[in-house]
Amino acid sequence: MIIEGKTGPWEIVIGLEVHAQVVSDAKLFSGASTAFGAEPNAQVSFVDAAFPGMLPVINRACVEQAVKTGLGLSATINEVSVFDRKNYFYPDLPAGYQISQYKQPIVGEGHLDIDLASGETKRVGIERLHLEQDAGKSIHDQHPQKTYIDLNRAGVALMEIVSKPEMRSPEEAGAYMRKMRALVRYLGTCDGNMEEGSLRCDANVSVRRPGEGLGTRCELKNINSIRFVMQAIEYEARRQVEVLEDGGTIRQETRLFDSAKGVTRPMRSKEHAHDYRYFPDPDLLPLVLDRKWIEEVRASLPELPDAKKARFVSDYKLTPYDAGVLVAEKENAEFFEVVARGRKDPKLAANWVIVELFGALNRLGRDIASSPVSARQLAGLLDLIENDTISGRIAKDVFGFMVETGRDAAAIVEERGLRQVTDTGAIEAAIDKVIADSAAKVAEYRGGKQALFGWFVGQVMKSTGGKANPAAVNELLRKKLAG
Amino acid sequence: MSALTDLTIAEARAGLAAKRFSARELAAAHVEAMERAKDLNAYITPTPDKALEMAARSDARLAAGQAGALEGIPLAIKDLFCTEGTRTTAASRILDGFVPPYESTVTSRLWDAGAVMLGKTNLDEFAMGSSNMTSAFGGVKNPWKRRGDARDLVPGGSSGGSAAAVAARIAMGATATDTGGSIRQPAAFCGVVGIKPTYGRCSRWGIVAFASSLDQAGPIARDVRDTAIMLGAMAGHDAKDSTSVPRAVPDYEAALGRGVKGLRFGIPREYMLDGMPAEIARLWEQGIAWLREAGAEPVEISLPHTKYALPAYYIVAPAEASSNLARYDGVRFGTRVAGNSIEELYENTRGAGFGAEVRRRILIGTYVLSAGYYDAYYLKAQKVRALIARDFDEAYAKCDVVLTPTAPSAAFAMGEKMDDPVAMYLNDVFTVTVNLAGLPGISLPAGLSSDGLPLGLQLIGRAFDEETLFAASHVLERAAGFSARPGA
Repeated sequence: MIIEGKTGPWEIVIGLEVHAQVVSDAKLFSGASTAFGAEPNAQVSFVDAAFPGMLPVINRACVEQAVKTGLGLSATINEVSVFDRKNYFYPDLPAGYQISQYKQPIVGEGHLDIDLASGETKRVGIERLHLEQDAGKSIHDQHPQKTYIDLNRAGVALMEIVSKPEMRSPEEAGAYMRKMRALVRYLGTCDGNMEEGSLRCDANVSVRRPGEGLGTRCELKNINSIRFVMQAIEYEARRQVEVLEDGGTIRQETRLFDSAKGVTRPMRSKEHAHDYRYFPDPDLLPLVLDRKWIEEVRASLPELPDAKKARFVSDYKLTPYDAGVLVAEKENAEFFEVVARGRKDPKLAANWVIVELFGALNRLGRDIASSPVSARQLAGLLDLIENDTISGRIAKDVFGFMVETGRDAAAIVEERGLRQVTDTGAIEAAIDKVIADSAAKVAEYRGGKQALFGWFVGQVMKSTGGKANPAAVNELLRKKLAG
Repeated sequence: MSALTDLTIAEARAGLAAKRFSARELAAAHVEAMERAKDLNAYITPTPDKALEMAARSDARLAAGQAGALEGIPLAIKDLFCTEGTRTTAASRILDGFVPPYESTVTSRLWDAGAVMLGKTNLDEFAMGSSNMTSAFGGVKNPWKRRGDARDLVPGGSSGGSAAAVAARIAMGATATDTGGSIRQPAAFCGVVGIKPTYGRCSRWGIVAFASSLDQAGPIARDVRDTAIMLGAMAGHDAKDSTSVPRAVPDYEAALGRGVKGLRFGIPREYMLDGMPAEIARLWEQGIAWLREAGAEPVEISLPHTKYALPAYYIVAPAEASSNLARYDGVRFGTRVAGNSIEELYENTRGAGFGAEVRRRILIGTYVLSAGYYDAYYLKAQKVRALIARDFDEAYAKCDVVLTPTAPSAAFAMGEKMDDPVAMYLNDVFTVTVNLAGLPGISLPAGLSSDGLPLGLQLIGRAFDEETLFAASHVLERAAGFSARPGA
């Protein structure tokens, strides 16, 4: 995206730091549970609360999740990585330091291919992925003088995934977040739930004249929805252009996005003026991974969105766009495959899932897991279309009943007498009646007004209650009108 | 029969097995002696009731034939080890009121072996010191005095309370920790034996951390055999400490009889300091002669980076400490001094809770880790550390063990060196290299100074070769025949 300023065009440069909470039963360095929604401070071990003499021990399951995610990003897995302490005082950080990875992360460079609205695919470089502990939660609004601390989240494993500054528009940033969320969900390494904060991001934004070097960036902190990421970047880029065009300079700073007002504002300097004094955590040895084990993890990876999309295009002859829509969520792709498998026309299945099913779910505000029509039921409906029991038009009505009642298509068709009329005798009779009742229109048609054909079709369908087989109607009507 | 408190652990073990006395009698004798020696201030928290109760249980196990390796042996615990249900202070006001809901791995192992807890001993605050004078609970008096001089002397530090208690016969043995010499220097000052095992040999879990990459627990006792018995019970892998090493614990006591025939012992020329007191140099020479007479072969070795060890140590240890002590913030446990903001609460709490030496080291540590200084200080110190480790590696190609003095002087008077931190830090000159290299080191009393104070010799071994240290120090112990007692 190019911003046309008063003085000429500006290019936006975006890099994202995604924080993804690792799916694991226990925390990164303690055995405490990670389940969401427990009573405050119910899931805190002495290690999490940083009691004297307590020591961290790495949770192997979290390491495996990070490696899986790294492999999903086609990234280098570092056989040796190091945990460092990031030192700062805050009441919800009990030890006074966060255990993170600074100079030697577990995962190095990789990439993520994002799907753009134009149908194109863009490759965004990944700089690194590292493991770190989450902090606890400070609750300021329960008491006028006091702050309450909930340490349930303290010590939960996070993956910080840092992109290269290779995105050029808010749309690309949105597509990146969507793709990242899909990837970690496919891998089962993060639940991708942005509302609960399992997935959040910081955006580094700068602007420059096209072709010039990088400008000074501002970091937008802790954004927890894809829509907000896009809004925040857009606002911030325009703000920077305005400052620069007015002759000002951009100060490198950390800013917060105020989603209510749609603006970004600088954080108080106190909130970020830290010298973190990183140094290797002497309580932990370097993390050394076995090459063979990494290969075992690689072999255990599920089919990922890009591979699935390619397979949908080649096996089901879908357009790349439709395939992209279907694979965006693992559950949608699975649903589609149940509907499409073994079908003569899998594109029909794709259309029904994308247009009718997604439309209905949207109206109902439900996700696919709670869809009133199961994949097997939708397949049953498409069977009735393919074997000419009902027309596509009638099928839409049947689908409406299915959504309402959750019943099978065949039962609804039987009960409501919606079976398609393919008996040519009955169709012929209906056509004869229409022709007899519309002498003037017949004369016009025969006089050359071919466009009236559709009107005749409509009349026939109307008189048969829509149940006439459209192909048979077309053929017979054409013959009869020809005289 | 001599007093029960005069027995070594090995003798008491035999006496208990032969039913010459009960564990309860042994504990009671120590509890009474502790009461009489209160003036030493060796204990911060004596636990006499607990001692008698544990001793009663030991008697039951002895009667049932289920005695552990340390059954009924009364021990003192440095107040840096968390003890479940017994307050743990690290000799700091900041841990005021802290009663751990858990037991350190090392003390758990001792109790599992049947040992009896007499109480928690005094130390330098957070183990930062070489005199025990930085304790918030006051200094500890060394039971030894200079001949004809009534002034009270320091027991050394940081494990001053543990060493003084063992020397004063108010504990048969004690746990201690050593970050730069905190087991060996007080052992030398108090005329007792102390071993700092290889880093990773004992679990650090449940020990209040000072400098995690250097801290290591070990025993102090009255002779080499007793330290071998105690270390055997304390050592071992612990899954809760990622730096503890999964290696079987050998039978240390069995190693005592190995002798030193054919053993090559290194004499590092860099340890011959200018201005080293003549009696320290003489003691060292005497040690060389004793080992040689027993069939060992002296080898001159070089540890060329020794002179950088002390500065490197006083960068690495404070750096780690500044981070390890960040958790004492008044939020969850210990002292809290309120303020009008969270920053004020931190400042008030930490200002009131930490003593001057601890504050000094937090400041130094924070400074050396700061942006712009990290490379010049911390990183460089880590490089020095690697070079020191390499010095030892190369030396051990030529020898099996290294012999040095433990400290550059005998015990000094309480109040001395207090206004000069650098003079105080020099106490560690012979001991810090061992921590930086992660090696085992033992100190044993080998003679008296001209004014009648004990002097120690140190043996440094290869990583995880504590057995050679026990064998060689046992030879030195017999040759030295050190039998002087404090207050005699």
